[in-house]
Order: sequence, then structure tokens, then C-alpha cells
Amino acid sequence: MTNDQMGVNKPADASAASAAAEAPMPAGGGSRNMANSARAILSGVARWEVLLVIILAVVVWWGTRISPNYIQPDFWNSLNFGASVSGTMEVAIMALAMTPIIIMGDIDLSVESMVGLSGAVLGTLFVAGIPLQLGIPIVLVVGALGGLFNGLLVTRWGLPALVVTLGTLALFRGLCNVVLGTSYVSNFPSNFTAFGFGYVPGTDVPWTLLTFLVLAAVFCAVMHYTWIGRQIFSVGKNKDAARYSGVRVARVRTAMFVVSGMVAAFAGVILALRYNSVRADNGTNLTLVVVTIAVLGGVDINGGKGTIPGVIIAVFTLAALQSALRLAGVSSEYQNVAIGLLLIFSVITPQLARQLRVLVDRIRQSRRRPARDPVPGEVVR
Amino acid sequence: MIWRIARSREVTLAAVLIAVAAFASVRAPNFLTADNLVLVTAFAAIIAIAAVGEALVILTKNIDLSVESTIGLVAFVVATVLKQHDMPVPAAWALGIGLGLVLGMANGVIVTIFKVPSIVATLGTLSVYRGLDFYVANGHEVNLVDLPAGYSDPAHQTLLGFQFGGIGFSGIPIFVILAILVVAAVGMALRYTVIGRQFYAVGSNAEAAAVIGVRSRLTVFLAFSLCGMLAGIAGVLWGIYFGTLYASSASGLSLQVIAAVVVGGVSIAGGSGTVIGAAIGALFLGLINNELPLLKVPQEWLTLVYGAVILVAISTDALIQVRSQRAKARSRVR
Amino acid sequence: MFHRIPRVAAGAALVIVLAGCSSSSATTAPASAAPAAVGSIVMIPKQVNNPYFDVAFKGAQNAAADLGGTLTQVGPSAADATQQIPFIQTAITNKVSAIIISADDATAVAPALQQAMAAGIKVVGYDSSPAKGAYNVFVNQADTAGIGKGLADMACDVAPSCTGEIAVLSAAQTATNQNAWIDAMNTTLKDAKYSKLVYDGVVYGNDDPTISTTQAQALLSAHPNLKVIVAPTTVGIVAAAQVVESKSLIGKVFVTGLGTPKGMQAFVKTGSSPEFALWNVTDLGYLAYATAVQLVTGAIKGNSGETYTVAKVNSGAPYTIGADSVVVLGPPFVFNKDNIDQYVTSFGF
Repeated sequence: MTNDQMGVNKPADASAASAAAEAPMPAGGGSRNMANSARAILSGVARWEVLLVIILAVVVWWGTRISPNYIQPDFWNSLNFGASVSGTMEVAIMALAMTPIIIMGDIDLSVESMVGLSGAVLGTLFVAGIPLQLGIPIVLVVGALGGLFNGLLVTRWGLPALVVTLGTLALFRGLCNVVLGTSYVSNFPSNFTAFGFGYVPGTDVPWTLLTFLVLAAVFCAVMHYTWIGRQIFSVGKNKDAARYSGVRVARVRTAMFVVSGMVAAFAGVILALRYNSVRADNGTNLTLVVVTIAVLGGVDINGGKGTIPGVIIAVFTLAALQSALRLAGVSSEYQNVAIGLLLIFSVITPQLARQLRVLVDRIRQSRRRPARDPVPGEVVR
Repeated sequence: MIWRIARSREVTLAAVLIAVAAFASVRAPNFLTADNLVLVTAFAAIIAIAAVGEALVILTKNIDLSVESTIGLVAFVVATVLKQHDMPVPAAWALGIGLGLVLGMANGVIVTIFKVPSIVATLGTLSVYRGLDFYVANGHEVNLVDLPAGYSDPAHQTLLGFQFGGIGFSGIPIFVILAILVVAAVGMALRYTVIGRQFYAVGSNAEAAAVIGVRSRLTVFLAFSLCGMLAGIAGVLWGIYFGTLYASSASGLSLQVIAAVVVGGVSIAGGSGTVIGAAIGALFLGLINNELPLLKVPQEWLTLVYGAVILVAISTDALIQVRSQRAKARSRVR
Repeated sequence: MFHRIPRVAAGAALVIVLAGCSSSSATTAPASAAPAAVGSIVMIPKQVNNPYFDVAFKGAQNAAADLGGTLTQVGPSAADATQQIPFIQTAITNKVSAIIISADDATAVAPALQQAMAAGIKVVGYDSSPAKGAYNVFVNQADTAGIGKGLADMACDVAPSCTGEIAVLSAAQTATNQNAWIDAMNTTLKDAKYSKLVYDGVVYGNDDPTISTTQAQALLSAHPNLKVIVAPTTVGIVAAAQVVESKSLIGKVFVTGLGTPKGMQAFVKTGSSPEFALWNVTDLGYLAYATAVQLVTGAIKGNSGETYTVAKVNSGAPYTIGADSVVVLGPPFVFNKDNIDQYVTSFGF
């Protein structure tokens, strides 16, 4: 999937252009100054993360209206917070790993099957007598290999990521079925299952949440503050330009698939330990949730744009929404409707905001005094 | 000319299909029996019709993930209407196809007017339409006994059968004939009408198409609407085939349909491929699904083989492309 | 990039302030309102929108009307244990009086259920049991060995002269109840009476209509001499019967197992499924709810040997809690074309 692949029109990134146009402030006209700063605020507010935080606040407010149990007096220690958050942590870390892939214009649909496969391998090794301390690293390697497979097919043979990962979605799930056969494992030692269900000793932070925050910090640092992150964004904005400026495009893409595979494998381990159950259908239906979180977090599905903080807020928004809906007694299928609607509106709203701004611009321009002919060299605003 | 036909993706796929079928019939003599083939091809025909619609969308460089929910919703609504309202059967079918059309148009509006990328838009409508399905179901299912007598019969009936001396041909299943008609109609429209060519134009290069005056947004809207309508037809046939319908009917079908389209040679990047290919892809995957248990492949292996088939199909695509580009480069040098 | 942080931090601060505000106002209303001891009870089936569980829910609703308390049903849309757990945790948060659950996976739901029990919530299993120690009472629809024998007997009845190949079309590979019934059936089949029935194995339909249909077709094509398909699942038996009809194998292949009267009504009449069985699912739901009420009010503790009566079930005869805190609903009903119409009317499903 390249930048242009999906979607009719790639929404024009007007914010950068308008920000650039803002730089030299014209002298004189206090009203123009105010109008320009109003424009700056509007473009700031239209930044996706702020909108998302507002949505999160609305969801939390609505949740408290639904049930007084939504946020209990000791907020952090409430079973509800721990439960609702720790249930989302597997998809949350997969969303972190999915973000650079989508930013580069690819996608990885096979993550849910890797969750199942890693659980299956872990369970089978455990039953064969291999302790978990050894089994978990082996499973992470399996995840890396799976990701490598995806990456090589996409970069070496130029196959579209959507289709390759569609195939590996089935392939990895099939491997999972073959590895497990008709059996299932469910007797992991309790010190490991405590990791999935329990809290960091002495605090009220669930282990899984801690894991997520650590990974989130790592991803945030790498994506937004290092040269690796800059390479990823440049590949996403224009693959050829990136190649000509020396970015090893194939290597970066493959590396991100490997990371996604490893993270999915880790999520599979968490899932298996948390539920103390390895079944052939572990992890089904997770891919769409992961993609939803990424898109909700402001990652542009066409590539080139997105932030990790946005994805983090999206994770909590989704957890808050699901928790509120569950407390309201809403069953899964209607929860999915809510998430689907949220997804669509989360993409429509910035579009509308953008189109609104263009409209406002046009109205402003048409109200200007008729100008004299510009002197050659003068820039007309 | 002959070589060009021979190298075409559709012919290659058909050849592979025949080879696989031959192999299966040798190893599992029950494969080629009429009983087996009639039901398998009838189901593959339903997927094929949905695949034709999906192919139209993919040709324009979009994707429709919500076909499974459209099929499920239409199937359930048609059955419910027959159960509760005593509507004449053709009217119920028309209602179902119309519903499919409306759902497809809704997708089209979200993608063209609200400019939501199609993968996101249809991801959302996938859940919303399925939610509608559960809402309509309200905890009930439709049992075969609620439907008119003999409702399910067309699923296994055939036409053009004959018995001549010792040679008998059990006929072509009605669903397959329907699928052939759909493929022929859509395929010819794509190839021989201006609007049809516009699908390819928009998928290959939307800006260039706009320059020469193609209304790309209208074309995409048309693609989604047709996809919805064809999914509606598939939904009606689904109801006939299964007889008993639940709110969760047709779950998970979207990926099968997309896989059929891709295996059939339609490029996910848009702009190339044929609906015949999509239909053959659907038939191919349906046969594989059926053959594996016959070849005594354990149930656990089915998904694995399915995934491998998809990967092999698209890899051969790429390899052929790379080869032909190299050959072209070489021939130019000479 | 640094300017993003203040905004995110502002947003986070907003949330925390909101949380602080809300928590102070949240102490007003208690979760359950009923002064009578029953309170609110939540029912978590294997999956919602499965007709079998919807009928059980109606039975439980009847019981709620008779015995008091508020009943809600929530659950996953697919038979997935990992999706059941969040609903259990929500129930704990909502401080319900009791959870009635049919477990997709006995061990997966156990830790969450044990947390519920530790919080004072009563847990009643129905249809598919959670692991031992994770429930107070398990209401089993019928005795497992009895169901196994019933399946074997029905297979013997429908197969001409009790001879021929039989195969099983089951639900999910990991379904506790189906696996237990199949094992019991195989144990019964070892008896000399069934010596002419040949067991061909089991395929899994995952309670998904499409997969069940494909598996049934594959079964018939792979075993051309198959005489009986035994499907101990309401989704699977319908799919198998439909396939037998579509392949015009009525009279050559017979389908039996566990199915709802209405779902199988058409097939009993045409002969593709001359005989099948089920228990009164409405009564199962009623009994599960009534048991929960008894536990909540303290009338029973859930120990083996205790007895209790439920007015509208079992004609008022008392139930005794057996080993492992299991209560058995009663004998299943066998449906055939002579009684199917009357049962459809009286059961309503």
C-alpha cells in the first residue's frame, strides 16, 4: 500500500502550508494580527490529539453518568480501571507497533494470527517441559521470523502489504492450528499468570499497563526524537524521495514488520498467561481493533502522518468507551457498532474542520478591499 | 496472440484449477461426483457474485470490507420478511437486493463525499451493518420451517441435465448459471462500455483520468453501489442455500471474498484485473476448501493451506511481472 | 514536536480533574436498589444471539418475574472465552448479587469467577461448567453419562438395524460439555449392543453455521458409506440436516443429536432427522435463576447433599445437589415426527 493506494483523495495537508504562510507577519492592521492568531488557534485546535482528548473527556463524563461505579473513589485501585485497562493492553501494544507500519504506507493484518501462533508455540513448549523463561524468548524469535517473512515478501518481491498480510493472516493461524492440534494448554505456573492478572507489588498499577507505558515511551522516543523515526516518516511521505536521500527503504520497512511480529508475539504471550489458556482461536478478531486504535489515534491510513501520543490517547479512549458500554449492559455487537461509528466520525471530523477552514478563508478573502495591481515582486496575501 | 492468451492470469488460474481438480479426483474418487460438485460449486457461485462486486471496488483502488455484513443483513432481512409478513417471494428478493444497493450507496457516500479512506470507512460500516443485523434479529433466528415450503431447493437444483444411454450429466446448478450470467454481464460492461473503461482509468491514475474528464467520484460511487447490490444478490442466495439464518450469518466472509478477488488476478493497487478472474478465484478457493478434507487433510491444516494458496497466487503474479519486465528490458537492449 | 506535550498534558490533567470531580459525587447512589435480598443478577452465555441461549434467557426472565430481582444478559458475540472475562469483571464492578454463566472455556474464566466469589458474588454455572472451585453450583441440563448414552441410543435407532458408520459433528474443539458428551457416547458404544456401529471420528463446526455446513459436506464426501451424523450442538445439527436434504440423501443418511424443536421441525417431517433430543431449555434457565436466588438469600450454600425445590420446574419435586456441587435438571426429551408439533407449541422454541 503506497501513499496513494487507498482512498479517493488524499486529504491535502493544509496546516503545514498555512503555518508556513504565517511566518512573516504583515505590519499594521491589528485586526489582521488577531485574525491570524485566530487562524493559528483554529489550526492548533484542529490538531487531532486535542480533539481526541476532548472525546476521551466526554466518554469518561458519560461513563460516570451511566454508573457510579465507573470511576470509584480510589480511582487507580478500582477493579474497573485495572480490568478495563489491562484487557486492552494486548491490542494497545500491537497498535504501537502497527503505527510505524501504517505511517510508512503499509499495513500488517497478520498480527492477530501471530498472537495465536505465539501462544500455541509457548503452550506446546511448556507442555514439552521447556520452562517459560526459555520459552518466551523462543516465542519472540518466532514472532520476529514471522515479521521477517512479511517484510521480505513486501520489499523483495514488491507485493502489496495488504495482500501479503492477508495471506499470512491465514498462514500463521493455520500454523497455530497445526501446532496445537485439538489440544489446549491451561496450566501455566502461577507466578507467570500473576503477571497478566496482577499488579506491580506495592502499587496499584497492573503489570500489563506498566509494560504498555514502557513500550509506549520507547516507541515515542524512537519515532519522534531519533533519526530512525525521521526515516520512517520520510518513507511514508515519499518513498522515492526517501530512497534518493539515502534512506534504506527496504531495510526500514522490513525492520518495522519484524518489530510488529515480535510485539504481536509478546502480546500473544501476555494473552496466554493472563487467561491461563492457550487455544487455537486465541487472538481472533483483534486486527480490526488494532487498526481502529491506530486510525483513531490520528494515524493517516494513507501514510506519512501520525503520532504515538495520539495512539496512546486512543488506547485509553477505547478502553474508557468499552468500559462505559459494558457498565451500561451493552453487548459486544453493539459495542462494535459504537466503535465503528467512532472510527468513521473520527476521520470525517478533521475533514470537515479542514473544509470549514477553507470556507472561512474564502469568505475572508472575498471580503477584502479590492486590491491595486501588484507591483512585480510583491507577494499578495 | 495465442501466447498472450496463454499467459493471461485467468487462463493460468483455470489451468491450475483443472490440474488441482484432476489430482483430487484421482486421490479421492468422491470428488468428481455430482453430489459433491453441485453443492460446492453452488456455494462458490455465491462467493463469486460477491467477488465480482468486490472486484469492481478494488479496480478503482478502493476496498470494501463490509460485504460480509451486507450479505448477512440482507439474508436475514429477506428471511424475516418472508417469515413475518407473508410477502410474495420475488418481492422479498427485490427488497433484499434493494437493501444491498442502499448499503453500498451509503459506503459510496462516505468514501466520495466525506472523503474517508475506503479501508477505514468500510471497517466502520462492517460493524455498523452487523449491528443493524443483530438489532433486526433481536435474539431470534429464522428456522427453515418458517420459510415457504421448498425454499431451499434451488440451492441444489440443476438445469440442462440429461441422461442419454449410459452417459448422464447432472446439469449445471442454478446458482452457477446465475453467477455466469452476472460475470458475463459485468465483464462485458467493463470491457465494452465507456463507463466500464472508466473504472480502470480511475484505478490506474485518478488524476490523469480527471484531466481527461472522467468523473472519478461518480465512478467510485457507482463501484460501491454495484458492490452493495451484488452483495445483496449474494445475500438472497445465501438465505436460500442455508435455510436457517442467524444474526451472525456470513461472519468472516469479507476476507474470503477479497482473497478470491486477489487470487483471481485483480491487483490490489487498482486498475487491472477482470471479473472473470475474480469468479475463477472464488471457484478455486471453494474447491480447495472442499478437496482438502477429501484428501484426508486433517481439519487443522485447512487454514494453513488456504493461507499458503493466497501467498503462492500473489507471488506468482509478482514473479511473472518481474520476469516480463526483465524480458522487455532485454528485448529493448537487443 | 515539543509543543505537542503541553496539549497532551493539558488533556490528561483535564481527565484527572474530571475523575476527581466525579468520584466525589459518585458516593451518593448505591449500585443495587432492591431492599429484598435478591438484587441484580447477570447472565453470561457462551455467546449472545445463539437461539439456545436466548431461550434459556427467557426462562430466566420468567423466574425473575416470579422470584424477584433484576436480570440482564450480556456476553460475547462469538463463543470466545477471552471475551467473556471483561463481562465478568464488569459484573464484579457493578456489585451484582449473582453471576449465571455458561463457560466457553472452563479454566480461562476461572480466575475471574474466583475473584467474583471472593467479592461475595454467587456464581451459578449452567450448560457448560466452569472449572471446579470457580462456581457455587453448576446446573447441568442432564447427566453427562445420560446424554452420552442418549446419543448412542438415538444413533442406534436411526441407523437401519443399528448398523453402519457414524461420525460426530461437534461445536468448538475446546467446548467442555460437548467433549464430555462425546466421550460418554464413545464409552457407551463399546457395549455389545452397538457393535455394528463403526465410529468414524469427529469434526468441529465451531457453532458457526458456515463452518458446520462445510464440515458436514466434507464428512459426507469423505465417508461415502456414512449412515449417521451425530451433532450434539443446535447449530451443527441444523447444518448437517440441511446438507443431507440438499444432497438428496434423505433415507440414506440420518442426522441425530441435540437440537431445538423449532429448528429441526422441518427436518423431522422430511425424515432427514427422524429423532433427536433436547432438554427443556426454558426450564434450564428458570432453574439456574432460581438456584441463584436460593444462594443469594442464603437458603442453600451450594454443598453436596443440600436439597431445594423450585415451584415451576420438575413439577415441584426437590433437587438434590450432587458431587462437585452439580444439580441435574432432569431427563432430556426425545423428539420425533409424532410429537414435534406439540413440543414446538408447548416449548415455544
